[in-house]
Amino acid sequence: MSLLMRSGLFTGDVGGKMLIGILAVAAVVVPACNLLAPPDSTFYLSTYTVTLLGKYLCFALLALALDLVWGYCGILSLGHGAFFTLGGYAMGMYLMRQIGSRGVYGNPDLPDFMVFLDWDTLPWYWLGFDQFWFAALMVVAVPGSLAFVFGWLAFRSRVTGVYLSIMTQALTYALMLAFFRNELGFGGNNGLTDFKEILDFDLQADTTRCALFALSAATLGMAYLACRGVVNSKLGKIVVAIRDAESRARFIGYRVEFYKLWIFTFSAILAGIAGALYVPQVGIINPSEFQPLNSIENVIWVAVGGRGTLYGAALGAVLVNYAKTTFTEIMPEVWLFALGGLFVFVTVFLPKGVVGLLSRRNSDGS
Amino acid sequence: MTRASTIGRFVWSAILILSFTFPLHAQPAASFEEAVAALKDGDFEAKAEAAQLLSNIDHPRTDLVLRAFLEGRLQKRRSDDLVVFADKIDGSFQLEDAANGETLGTVNRRGVRKLAVNNQLRAFLRELIARRGLTAENPIQRLASVEAMFGGVDASSAKLLEDALGEESDEAVRLAIENALALHQLRSGSDEEKRSAIAKLTGSVHPAVRGGLSAIRDDESLNDSLRASAGSAIVAIEERLELYGAVEVVFFGLSLGSVLVLAAIGLAITFGVMGVINMAHGELIMLGAYTTYVIQLLMPDAIGISIFIAIPAAFLVSGLVGIGIERSVIRFLYGRPLETLLATFGISLVLQQMVRSIFSPLNRSVSAPEWMSGSFEIVAGLSFTYNRMVIFVFSLLVFSAIWLVLQRTRLGLEVRAVAQNRNMARALGVRSAWVDSLTFGFGSGIAGVAGVALSQLTNVGPNLGQSYIVDCFMVVVFGGVGNIWGTLVGGLSLGVANKFLEPFAGAVVAKILILVFIILFIQKRPSGLFPQKGRAAEN
Repeated sequence: MSLLMRSGLFTGDVGGKMLIGILAVAAVVVPACNLLAPPDSTFYLSTYTVTLLGKYLCFALLALALDLVWGYCGILSLGHGAFFTLGGYAMGMYLMRQIGSRGVYGNPDLPDFMVFLDWDTLPWYWLGFDQFWFAALMVVAVPGSLAFVFGWLAFRSRVTGVYLSIMTQALTYALMLAFFRNELGFGGNNGLTDFKEILDFDLQADTTRCALFALSAATLGMAYLACRGVVNSKLGKIVVAIRDAESRARFIGYRVEFYKLWIFTFSAILAGIAGALYVPQVGIINPSEFQPLNSIENVIWVAVGGRGTLYGAALGAVLVNYAKTTFTEIMPEVWLFALGGLFVFVTVFLPKGVVGLLSRRNSDGS
Repeated sequence: MTRASTIGRFVWSAILILSFTFPLHAQPAASFEEAVAALKDGDFEAKAEAAQLLSNIDHPRTDLVLRAFLEGRLQKRRSDDLVVFADKIDGSFQLEDAANGETLGTVNRRGVRKLAVNNQLRAFLRELIARRGLTAENPIQRLASVEAMFGGVDASSAKLLEDALGEESDEAVRLAIENALALHQLRSGSDEEKRSAIAKLTGSVHPAVRGGLSAIRDDESLNDSLRASAGSAIVAIEERLELYGAVEVVFFGLSLGSVLVLAAIGLAITFGVMGVINMAHGELIMLGAYTTYVIQLLMPDAIGISIFIAIPAAFLVSGLVGIGIERSVIRFLYGRPLETLLATFGISLVLQQMVRSIFSPLNRSVSAPEWMSGSFEIVAGLSFTYNRMVIFVFSLLVFSAIWLVLQRTRLGLEVRAVAQNRNMARALGVRSAWVDSLTFGFGSGIAGVAGVALSQLTNVGPNLGQSYIVDCFMVVVFGGVGNIWGTLVGGLSLGVANKFLEPFAGAVVAKILILVFIILFIQKRPSGLFPQKGRAAEN
């Protein structure tokens, strides 16, 4: 930790220091409050709460990934939900294979939905997913290669701005339509669910839930450091230059498309990892995660928190999702009004998000 | 003939028997209610006689009752022996008074008893129904009745048809009767009759004709030239069917395309001309659809006219909401397209939820006006539904109206000037803020008009707009931003391509393929089919 502090990564990054600090504390305290505190104590956190917090951290990781491309490179992706969901599906496939013969139909070779569809062999693209290392590789490789191919095509032909946004939206929409089909072999409407264990640990057990929470916190922390590293590097500076004046950066002699492609792919991989951590905690992945609304919601998390700050994105994801949980519990019909209003309010009045508001306060005070 | 005379004897003896056992019912010219009530009594012969009596009475429900009798829906209620229509729903029977159509609630299985029908009675009933149909006042009814008999003409019904042909004056009905008779001869006539029947039927695309012809072609007991001519007639029919199929696909494609054009053209104005990304465009369409619904609620007696009131009303509602959006939000975000995208998306969520709160989240159905239902038969076997044709023509009209406004009016001139060079236009005295508001209102109003058209095709619900927004953007981007001709060509060609892919790939995969195609196409030609000519630099 102290090594990190001295490495210069955090110079001037108060928000980042706070984020890492909070994550480190939460990774220890939250599981302790669940496992060690007696259920009637005020410090006790239910397993439901732990899982909910873990979910928020996954969303924060997704927001971080989006902030990297939007806040620093000016690429407004309306399809990051697709990378998140693909990562989730890769993990879901592994969890599905772990069920083995304990499914409703008791078929040791095929997941339940395939038995239901009268398939007799496992499709080739499911091979290997009974191995954790392979699934983990795919969590990174599938979103990464999709982003690479898509980005290679798009950035090379200089599709930018709103065009790119609309194309990414079309991408996630097409994936949603495809995954809704039973014939594709990913469970159609219902998606993948009824998971039992991960790496032989029972997914319903409190200890597993706490471990997943701690893992999410650790991953978010490391991803933050990685993103901060990228942003602070020379590459990060060029990427910001591209955001501010793409043609100028190109005229100076930088291969703009390579930088964009690199950062887009890296961001998609982070989104995929977020999805992979999300699925074992919520216990289901289905095609509705691909819907364009989800991807746009991701964007609003970043906008609320404050784009181009990284920690702001994580903060925004947690804030908005906390509001969503609260609103949908007390008055579900108000939630869309609130979310819609938030979109308008933040874009018109808070272009720098909550973080911008706080730092303005600070600078006013000093 | 033998069969007809059997039935004749059967009826005669029935009358004799009945006149002894149920003297009341044997009286001719009984009222409709009495005739219906008579159906429940006696054996099959008595029933046949009662049905005969009934068929002579001209009453709007006569055909209904006879058909229900044939289908076994006609039952009698045990409690009071009333003759009813009984439809089984979830294990119990829903009853309707056969004589006057009054609904009588439901009873369980034991509350009714079916009026038994045997095969002989069924054949007799069929003939009664056919005869009534062939002598109906309305030529459409007569045609339908010939159609119903078409494949199943036998000796007795051939006699019926020949009689009807003698008195038929309507050309279409005559042709149908002749074809039906020819098909009958094809099956049971002499070789010579078969030959002339083949010649007669070569142009017909009725499925039964093909069956009849292929029976001849495959019948080895017939002579070769007859079989060969049947074979070539089948080939001709198949070629014609293929042609019709292709024409139909093009029509469906153009129809889908015209819907896309209609939905996207408003976006082409706001996005293409103004450079504003309006994610709430779909919701403005939805508002137009709901306006149609409300206007129909206000004038339930004049559905046919309500749609003409709905068009300007929807234009005003969506247009005013659009101007409101422009004045309150978009105005502050010009030059920041990504922020505009997010803010208008927020507005779309609010509009959706508002509609959900006011009209409930359930889908509402808008009824189609009478004059839009039905279909237009171009030739036998190829017909286009009126509502799709109307919407196709309507979208062309809307397109021409937009083109005229943009090209021939002062407003259009100013809109184009601002779109090409905002600063120059302002320097020349164009009030650009005012033009922006009006342009946005105009584009939004067109979205509302599209909503009126969509309400005729799908259910009206809070998610109506969401399901079209991605398609709308695809059409505009594919056609080329800033070019309404591009939107027209883009929308129509995407619609046709979609319908051509559907038979091979299925509806969903066709849609995915189109999306993937557009994504790849935009990589190749980032400015769409018809790029805007200009020298503006990107940054």
